[in-house]
Amino acid sequence: MPALDLDRLFATPPFSLDTTAKAALYREALSELTRLHYAACPPYRRLLDTLGFDPAVDHAVGDIPMLPVRLFKTHELRSVAQDQIVKTMTSSGTTGQQVSRIFLDKVTSARQTKVLAKISSSVLGPKRLPMLIIDSKSVVKDRTMFSARGAGILGFSMLGIDPTYALDDDMRLDFAATEAFLAKHAGQPIFVFGFTFMIWEHLLQALAAANKRLPLDRGIMLHGGGWKKLADQAVDNRAFKARLAELCGIERVHNYYGMVEQTGSIFIECEHGRLHCSDYSDVIIRRPADFSICQPGERGFIQLVSLLPSSYPGHSLLSEDLGELTGEDDCACGRLGKTFVIHGRVKNAEVRGCSDTYTAGRTPAQVA
Amino acid sequence: MVEVLVGPGPGDEPLLVRPLPPYSDLACELLAALSAELRNDPEAARYPDVISFAFWCRKGNVERLKADDLGRRGARLGLGLVFHITPSNVPVNFAFSFAFGLLAGNANRVRVPSKPFAQVDIICRALARVLAEDRFSELRRMSSFVRYEQDDVVTGAYSASCNARIIWGGDVAIQTIRKLPIPERGIEIAFADRYSFSVLGAPAINALAPEGLARLAQGFYNDTYLMDQNACSSPHLLVWQGEGKREAKQRFFSALAELVALKYELAPVSAVDKYTQLCVDAIELDGVVGVTRHGNHVVRVTLARLPEATHELRGRAGYFYELDADGLDDVARVVNTRYQTLTYFGVDKQQLLDFVIDHRLMGIDRIVPVGAALDIGVIWDGYDVIATLSRVIDVR
Repeated sequence: MPALDLDRLFATPPFSLDTTAKAALYREALSELTRLHYAACPPYRRLLDTLGFDPAVDHAVGDIPMLPVRLFKTHELRSVAQDQIVKTMTSSGTTGQQVSRIFLDKVTSARQTKVLAKISSSVLGPKRLPMLIIDSKSVVKDRTMFSARGAGILGFSMLGIDPTYALDDDMRLDFAATEAFLAKHAGQPIFVFGFTFMIWEHLLQALAAANKRLPLDRGIMLHGGGWKKLADQAVDNRAFKARLAELCGIERVHNYYGMVEQTGSIFIECEHGRLHCSDYSDVIIRRPADFSICQPGERGFIQLVSLLPSSYPGHSLLSEDLGELTGEDDCACGRLGKTFVIHGRVKNAEVRGCSDTYTAGRTPAQVA
Repeated sequence: MVEVLVGPGPGDEPLLVRPLPPYSDLACELLAALSAELRNDPEAARYPDVISFAFWCRKGNVERLKADDLGRRGARLGLGLVFHITPSNVPVNFAFSFAFGLLAGNANRVRVPSKPFAQVDIICRALARVLAEDRFSELRRMSSFVRYEQDDVVTGAYSASCNARIIWGGDVAIQTIRKLPIPERGIEIAFADRYSFSVLGAPAINALAPEGLARLAQGFYNDTYLMDQNACSSPHLLVWQGEGKREAKQRFFSALAELVALKYELAPVSAVDKYTQLCVDAIELDGVVGVTRHGNHVVRVTLARLPEATHELRGRAGYFYELDADGLDDVARVVNTRYQTLTYFGVDKQQLLDFVIDHRLMGIDRIVPVGAALDIGVIWDGYDVIATLSRVIDVR
């Protein structure tokens, strides 16, 4: 059993720790997790030994080594025996790319579920609400493969009641099913969930094309999965929200940021448009030049730390996303902790060199 | 679609194939004129690689090359027509390749990178202007520069009609192009992926005055960072010799890191790439005894011994493997045909040559001082390129 006891956090609301309290808790808890993984995951131990890191003593969070997320694509990293693994999560890589594999035991998996519910309740409220999923049921039918998209839907489904899929198997908006669902729960708050791009493409575009509206005035939307495709179409958060308000009358829209490597401890956008770290996880922004810690407002790589992972060494990760801090313990919404914005995935470099007359599409990422 | 940048187009008469002797006056004059043309071109001045090519093909240097020519005693003529397939991501290599073919006495068909580079257009335009002069009318009919996307039909046709084919490229590219035959008497030079390393003498580095140290760091920087450490002759492994290694490394890398931080634009993704590689090496690579990071600009992995496949230990954008070894026996064990350039500082070059000869090594074709790794020349990759692209007429 992992040594860290999260129960005392579960007793308070999920955004209750201020900077000082969080630093003290994280120093202790992440040092403990580091010891646990050092003892149980041989590749992780070799890494720390080579880096000259001493896990025996406690370290400030910023000094605990980061694991690049790409490592989960190339290495099998787990800190529990094979037979303890109840679920293997994979990232949704495009064809031909290696996918990340994240190994979950019962403890980590249960914590993820609990923390996801806890953080989400901060915007959804304490009651489970009727849930409309802006996706197709076919995505979750094959349960042997927990793709990030399927896993996301299944994970969030537990937070609602009467989960209903708004899209058919061909990703077309199913007006009949959706309207029936809304009629059934008329007058009640509705939990609307989906991936940002799917909502734009298959809900909003479909509504606009059909010249229709959906009465979601009492809806609360949680959406995530990244802005890359929408950024390509020059759609930002503001435009996205405006379109939702126009076509669905929905005002309460919350983006979330999370990754399969740290499922559960998601970051959530508040009523004032800031992305918040909960008590269960934190971000540190790192300078590309030397990985030193950025000042607020300074752009850098997002390092993600989480209290949850005990079955795999994913408690301190270096992502390939860029972002910047926007504040700490100072949001008008009253939630404590850091807030930040994301500036998207880091760009691949143009490689100089004399070794390809045939463009084989080899990127440094794949070589490393 | 084949785009003709210089020389006869599809409707014109075919290339003239009438070989000249190596270092013919005509070829030397053309290069001298091209050099002058480029050095007077304000646009060219913005590209250091174009200027260094212009400097290389200036009259004085070509005369020196002619005097140094290893094959000058026999009677020679160019082979005929050389087809050059140049690398897609180095803008000016095509110009050097052409110059080699020309100096050897050949007609040349040069496939320039299909990616657009200003350098290619600048050099081709200058060449077209020079070739328009009457005195070069014959060479004008002997030279063609073409640009096209990867196309086996076109490459196949050019290959079938050449007397020599030069391929600059990675292993996959070479294997693919080799499926397209050249004539029975045709010859081929493949400048494949190579591996390069450095041997550094600690006492000499410790004895350097600050200016000398700065020069050394600048030379090493030019060898590596100028091409993101991705040129065949950029070192990946540093072998340290002699007394005072710890101090020498401290001095050397402090100077280098300072220079890199000042001059090198480290792409953010390279910082992650290097850190990821460091983690992978720490986890997987046998014999890693430590890692040192000078910010993300210089990353060093210290090895206690060299693995069999040392040639696979490649860094990018400033990532180096290091070994302390007073003797080079451990290095001799792993050298194979992939090894190209050995750059040195503070080590006797004769001893390094003896090391290659005495161990009867299959690799290491160049032993040059730190700072000269990228200096391409008519002796390259173990070939006397001029001799290889010409034929000997044996008269008795």
